Amino acid sequence: MEDKKPILTAKDFATDQDVRWCPGCGDYSILKQVQSIMPEIGLPPEDIAFISGIGCSSRFPYYMNTYGMHSIHGRATAIASGLKAARPELSVWIITGDGDSLSIGGNHLIHLLRRNLDVNILLFNNEIYGLTKGQYSPTSELGKKTKSSPLGVIDHPFNPLALAMGADATFVARIMDRDPKHMRDILKKGNDHKGSSFVEIYQNCNVFNDGAFAIFTDKGTKPEETIYLEHGQPLIFGAESQKGIKLNGLTPEIVELDKVSKEDLWIHDAKDRTKSSILTRMFDDPKSIGHFPRPFGIVYEEDRFRYEEAMTSQIESAKALKGKGDLDALIQGSKTWSI
Amino acid sequence: MTHSTKVVEKTAIHFAGDSGDGIQLTGFEFSNTAALYGNDLSTFPDFPAEIRAPLGTVSGVSGFKLNFGSSQINTPGGLIDVLVVMNAAALKKNIEMVKPNGLIICNISGFDKRNLKLAEYAEDAEPLNELEGQFRIIEIDVTRLTREALKQSSLTNKERDRSKNMFVLGFIYWLYHRKLDHTESFLSDKFKAKPEIAEANIQVLKAGYNYGITTESTFERYEIKPAKMPSGTYRNIVGNQGLAIGLTAAAKKAGLELFFGSYPITPASDILHELVKHKNYGVKTFQAEDEIAAVGASIGASFGGMLGATASSGPGIALKQEAIGLAAMIELPLVVVNVQRGGPSTGLPTKTEQADLLQALYGRNGESPIPVIAIHKPSEAFNLAFEAVKIAVEHMTPVMLLSDGYVANGAEPWRFPKAEDLPKIETKFAKASDKKYLPYERDENHVRKWAVPGMKGLEHRVGGLEKEDLTGNVSYDPENHETMVKLRQAKVDAIVDFIPLAEFDAGSTADKTLILGWGSTYGAIKVAVINLRNENKSVAHLHLTHLNPLPKNLGGILKSFDNILIPELNNGQLIRIIRDKYLVDAKGLNKIKGLPLLAKEIETAVKTLTQA
Repeated sequence: MEDKKPILTAKDFATDQDVRWCPGCGDYSILKQVQSIMPEIGLPPEDIAFISGIGCSSRFPYYMNTYGMHSIHGRATAIASGLKAARPELSVWIITGDGDSLSIGGNHLIHLLRRNLDVNILLFNNEIYGLTKGQYSPTSELGKKTKSSPLGVIDHPFNPLALAMGADATFVARIMDRDPKHMRDILKKGNDHKGSSFVEIYQNCNVFNDGAFAIFTDKGTKPEETIYLEHGQPLIFGAESQKGIKLNGLTPEIVELDKVSKEDLWIHDAKDRTKSSILTRMFDDPKSIGHFPRPFGIVYEEDRFRYEEAMTSQIESAKALKGKGDLDALIQGSKTWSI
Repeated sequence: MTHSTKVVEKTAIHFAGDSGDGIQLTGFEFSNTAALYGNDLSTFPDFPAEIRAPLGTVSGVSGFKLNFGSSQINTPGGLIDVLVVMNAAALKKNIEMVKPNGLIICNISGFDKRNLKLAEYAEDAEPLNELEGQFRIIEIDVTRLTREALKQSSLTNKERDRSKNMFVLGFIYWLYHRKLDHTESFLSDKFKAKPEIAEANIQVLKAGYNYGITTESTFERYEIKPAKMPSGTYRNIVGNQGLAIGLTAAAKKAGLELFFGSYPITPASDILHELVKHKNYGVKTFQAEDEIAAVGASIGASFGGMLGATASSGPGIALKQEAIGLAAMIELPLVVVNVQRGGPSTGLPTKTEQADLLQALYGRNGESPIPVIAIHKPSEAFNLAFEAVKIAVEHMTPVMLLSDGYVANGAEPWRFPKAEDLPKIETKFAKASDKKYLPYERDENHVRKWAVPGMKGLEHRVGGLEKEDLTGNVSYDPENHETMVKLRQAKVDAIVDFIPLAEFDAGSTADKTLILGWGSTYGAIKVAVINLRNENKSVAHLHLTHLNPLPKNLGGILKSFDNILIPELNNGQLIRIIRDKYLVDAKGLNKIKGLPLLAKEIETAVKTLTQA
């Protein structure tokens, strides 16, 4: 008997637990957008699982009225891999932070991406360790003074999107907590993507790293400092949409649209690995002269086989070849003798 | 020539040669043939950690020990009756373990100047001549005879030389009145894709056999009659293999699919190698990027309603412990296998040791009790793996299953059960009901219900933060934390009512001295106790398989003995638990050489203890 699907709302995905992030934290916006797209993904709450590691963002599953696990530091990706491989029909979401997924859990992240399990990774990047009260993270900028780097950070920071590209991720995107509409759009596309979707979210930590992304989020600077990617559309930015990016061979350059026609601009092709890699490299210090605007949206997308499907298909072909396993045959093996 | 035949009760054969000489295969084939013939047997491979250690050197010697007989065989044997050596290094490494007047069969082409030098014999040494009179030596130019047997073949000399182990095997089959058919069919199957190699190997095997018949020398041949073993159907089983099959069978019996996450490590990798063959049983294997991911993925699978299992050895288990603590906190079934090896750190990867008992019991942060089970012989690996799954599933807990290199790689006959006779395993799945699902509500054994994704209305969150009793919500409440710590302990303690009582392997409480063992020292203790009791010594043997919780009658048993000896391949681990828990003055016998205990070492220790 087929049940008529009940119409769900964002509220159906909220739990009775008090949300315990600091007032003003960027996580609130992300939680709200995720809850609001849940009714649209077409699955009931019991078929959805949120798995997180450790850190501020990793409290997330407690606030989602789905199945969930708040696991251990860095391992959400490993645990979610097992869950998805075990239960391919579930919608699995990984909630992680810059420390959780790029430092202690870096290894599992890259292996998950290369295996391309059909899960959604939301990387809340606030460029700081919040829960341990303000040490620098693997995405903190060089020279940053924090509780554990009074003389400035000397670790070269990770470029998360370039890292994901390097691990052959099949869906690579960047969004920000202050742009909810764009966030919902990209999260939905990430969910629709068959394979691992890697979404880096610039998330403001207003207690330990306030304003880290202000240059990209503030009305005054945003138009000049960001570029919103649309597949098939030219790379245009600026308050008056007066600037664009042109590819000179493999070298991007910023051009003024009164001097260069739109047809000559770089047309975003999210399926082109080489060009997408160049986009991830538009990652320079926004304070430097001649820097590029930071790209937001889907940088890269590719259709590649999913690990869990290959696993299932190997099992199915083994069953077809050898027959569904008979336990007695397994126990007795090939050679026996009787006494 | 006519050769006399002597009937013997049992024989320990040790095959030794370069690690590329096919020693393991030779030993394994001889064991299988002996098993099919009906002998009781016990085997132990001993190989270097290096894949291809320097040729011809003592450190590169690979060995395979086989003890087989017409009576009960409990260990791979102490001293060697028959030593088969492919080169000088193999002789040098093993000669001290050969019984006086023992038989040494050697490939003399492995004793040329170069080989003697590589084995670090003195320049003018003639080791075989020097042993004349002390041992019976059969010298065979195996390399030459193998090439001769294959002179019609199209193979190169290098390829021909690869089958020289078959010459030796054929000769030993002749010496022991064995048939070649089992090995012939094995070779045809193994080299299915290369029939000329199969044919060459079979030809050489036959040549070795015929050498016994046609040679001018007179040899004493041996006959070892089938053993009187309990009636039933048997197969030969290697410890790791039995363990893997046990996990698969138990998952089936529980109505669960097995998910096995694993990262390659010696000596546990063979469990993964075995399980990948059983995909048609729905077994999902996941070779993870590291040990932590291996256990993490298995926990994820258990969260998803499968039976998660993982296996490693000591160093890998150390890496997994945080995740095992998570499984204890979120109370999901999980089986963690530790095939112990010499430690600490990388230690002795291919050598055996029992030094991870305390790691299993106490190696996690916080109060984190989990059940611990130990396998004591290859033919029990299946049952104890099954038991580990049963406890994990029925009590919603991670279980540590201890094995070691000696059990894992050893083989013996196994009277296997019928699938229908295996015990039931009852899952603790929650059912959708009107009542709100409380993830940490418990039954009378403190076991919570298992709600898995897909179960409507039972959505809930678990995690590593302390849980509020019943609801599972995050709780920092001091009283609640203490309650939960005690509840988790009580849950593991309650398992005591579901495990067998301790039973004597030999003797009873009427005896004066008890040897209390666990794990792979079983065979050696058993032999020692038989010998001691034959000498009218009042000695009993009790072997623990369940190390947490310990059987509830153990304390009473221990208190009735004057002396308790606890032999272990470590610096004293079970002894600490026993002394702590039962306040008895147990004494230890500790061997930490990466080698199994010998029966005579135990006998000496018992005699010293009882004289004191």
